[in-house]
Amino acid sequence: MDHAGKKIEISNLKVTYGQKEAIKGISLDIYANEILSVIGPAQSGKTTLLRVINRTIEFVPGVKVEGTVKVDGENVMDVKSVYQLRRKIGMVFPLPVGLPLSIYENVAFAPRTAGIRQRDQLDEIVERCLRQAALWDEVKDRLDSLGTRLSGGQQQRLTIARALSHSPEILCLDEFSIAVDPVTTMRIEDVLKELRSEMTIILVTNLVQQARRLADRTAFLLNGELIEIDSNEVIFSRSPANKMTYDYVMGNFG
Amino acid sequence: MINRQRLETLAEPVIEWTIRLCGISAIIFVFGIFFFVFREGADFLFHKLDLVEFFTSPEWYPTSVSHKRYGVLALIAGTASVTLLAMAIAVPFGLGAAIFVSEFCSPKLKEAFKITIELLAAIPSVVWGFIGLTIMNEMIIDLFSAPIGLTVLNGGIILALMSVPIIVSIGEDALKAVPDSYREAAEALGATRWQVVYRVLLPAAKNGLLAAVLLGVARAIGETMAVLMATGHAVKIPHSLLDSVRTLTATIAAELGEAPVHSEHYQVLFLIGVLLFSITFVVNLSADLIVKGIRQE
Amino acid sequence: MISSSERPARANSNLFLETPLDRRKRRTESLAKSVFLLMALLMVIPLILIVGYLFYKASPVLSLDFLFTNPTNGMRAGGIWAAFLGTIYLVMISLLVSAPIGVLAAVYLNEYAKENWLTRIINLAVVNLAGVPSIVHALFGVGAFVLFARMGRSILAASLTLAIMTLPVIIAATKEALGAVPMAFREACWNVGATRWQTIRRIVLPNSISGILTGIILQVSRAAGETAPIMFTGAVFYKAISEGDIFAYGLFDQCMALSMHLFTISTQVPGVPEALPYGTAVVLLGTVLLVNTFSIVLRIYLRFRKKW
Repeated sequence: MDHAGKKIEISNLKVTYGQKEAIKGISLDIYANEILSVIGPAQSGKTTLLRVINRTIEFVPGVKVEGTVKVDGENVMDVKSVYQLRRKIGMVFPLPVGLPLSIYENVAFAPRTAGIRQRDQLDEIVERCLRQAALWDEVKDRLDSLGTRLSGGQQQRLTIARALSHSPEILCLDEFSIAVDPVTTMRIEDVLKELRSEMTIILVTNLVQQARRLADRTAFLLNGELIEIDSNEVIFSRSPANKMTYDYVMGNFG
Repeated sequence: MINRQRLETLAEPVIEWTIRLCGISAIIFVFGIFFFVFREGADFLFHKLDLVEFFTSPEWYPTSVSHKRYGVLALIAGTASVTLLAMAIAVPFGLGAAIFVSEFCSPKLKEAFKITIELLAAIPSVVWGFIGLTIMNEMIIDLFSAPIGLTVLNGGIILALMSVPIIVSIGEDALKAVPDSYREAAEALGATRWQVVYRVLLPAAKNGLLAAVLLGVARAIGETMAVLMATGHAVKIPHSLLDSVRTLTATIAAELGEAPVHSEHYQVLFLIGVLLFSITFVVNLSADLIVKGIRQE
Repeated sequence: MISSSERPARANSNLFLETPLDRRKRRTESLAKSVFLLMALLMVIPLILIVGYLFYKASPVLSLDFLFTNPTNGMRAGGIWAAFLGTIYLVMISLLVSAPIGVLAAVYLNEYAKENWLTRIINLAVVNLAGVPSIVHALFGVGAFVLFARMGRSILAASLTLAIMTLPVIIAATKEALGAVPMAFREACWNVGATRWQTIRRIVLPNSISGILTGIILQVSRAAGETAPIMFTGAVFYKAISEGDIFAYGLFDQCMALSMHLFTISTQVPGVPEALPYGTAVVLLGTVLLVNTFSIVLRIYLRFRKKW
């Protein structure tokens, strides 16, 4: 596996919501162009981790973040523009969200807020991202129809297209397949396999088999702590470094 | 293209500060109202006004040449009598209507009814005053063989019709806020809808219903034009529903135009304004606290 | 099969037969329902009767001419043009001030404000501002605008007084409309790098416009109907202006107004023929009800066009 360098470096990350400690001191590195999956039962801090990376954690009232997170060697708290940071990172949530705009405008939203206004440039971005998200063929004749009227699976692909529309270098997906049918899940998994050559992918999932299928490395989070992070060969083998990893992967708890 | 982007990034903090300023504007205006009204009457309050006489004497003779007196007791009695009568009518009917709309009504009828209540609430107070002056006036003279129809009764009925919408709409909100699980539990025990209302919903919603009544009271106390036109001009403590009275609000409206600016009379009228502001402030605050109290439960 | 004569003595053990208690319950139930229906109707029927009576008494004068000609003969004859135009000026100027401030204040409260004591006080202030009696607004207008700001009795002073009066409801209605927009939309925007204001401008505001408009339109009718706040700040019993000239009033002029005019000719002028005040009342009431109906229709229409 070719580690082209560290894309994200996290050291001693602690996140507290009021009294509750969601992340209790995690350190890990994410390499460029790899697919890292993050597995673990509910309330392990997986979603919190993603929100720290693109600093949307700041919208939660009463949250405290300690430790450092570096993207491309730069501390995320020191960047010149947090909006530019967020444009470097694409986010996909568990629940599909179609904005109440046309399909075209859904995908054109991010480029517009970044200042791109030329119609032909936007056309190119919309088509490229919808194709990459495996949605183009289904919607190319009705780009003006409302994004909220698509099916759940289509809206999730629309969300992915939107996440890709600002040419991110890092793509984060948070349990993207929960509200989506198996066929769409499969199509999106194919999309991810194609995208990894262009970007770094962090895949939070509670589908252990999905992590096994797609990822190069896997991190196992439990109750806000990083239990183990290693290549898939090790994590999914008979003897990962930590017995709890084995138990979780085997479905003995969770 | 780049310039537009720059403009947007520069404009954004300006926009956000404008928004913040508008946000605190409400506080500025509330304080401003109190300040400017108080200011106009402050001199008289601190130097010449006899507060005991002000609150306890029913003799209001601000324009007397020989012996000026500024007792507002009769005016307070006027406001109180009309408000009490209005609430005696509006509260049972308003709550009854609220219960009907909330619990016994079909959805289509509900929509039609709510629209009617909204339109009732939209009628301007001067039109209500006009109705009191003409229609109610004649009705009272006919029905009670009274010498004049501009009385406590007239004002009370008009105010009741004006206060009902607010009692109905906030009362309905209070009933809607009671969780359906209460209703379902009671019905599962075999209660009829009326029993559900009487035994379960009214006690559960009593805070919100109380707030609705308080807001109705505040509305009635603060009403000006309708009572100005419908209750007559007698500044005395009423002894029957068919007496004419003057309320605090109507007094200001009737006399401010003629009081020379900054005269004692003028300043006293502003002080009555301060009194009104304080009363409605307290009543509104109580209603708000009661509602907040519910939310914390 | 057990024959009926062999059944145990405890007959009617069938669970679904009605008992006397059930019958009594049902009767109380329908009695209660009728009582409440009666109460509700008792509020509605007088309204319909009153409005009908007003129209009936006003019919001799109701015509387009009534609207567009000025009062004559010491307001004992003629139409109501000066008052009608004055009301339009007052309403428009006051809304020009209160709508932007009110909407932005609500944007602050719903989109920017954190849950702290300051926010609590602002909300309290809005509620209290809504409860200020109209005559106290008038006193404030006199003290602050007419005297302190030296605007004198003028359309400007009266409009600003009306603006402060209509502000709280616009804030409340806008806040509600903004709150109806799902949080998920905002988060989706933030995650692609949009700023708070960009999110508000592109997604939140356009999708709350129906609620905002409803609030503003309702305040149009309120501003048109109020008398006390304008009585001492800029409205007068009588002012001569040219008919048909929609620019007849200046910002620092005093003006007539429909609400004020109704008060004047029904209480201050002797010998006014009966139909005139009824006619004025009908025009005022009609305008107010029309505007409110329009806002209700708009609300229902926009509800159908909901985008999510």
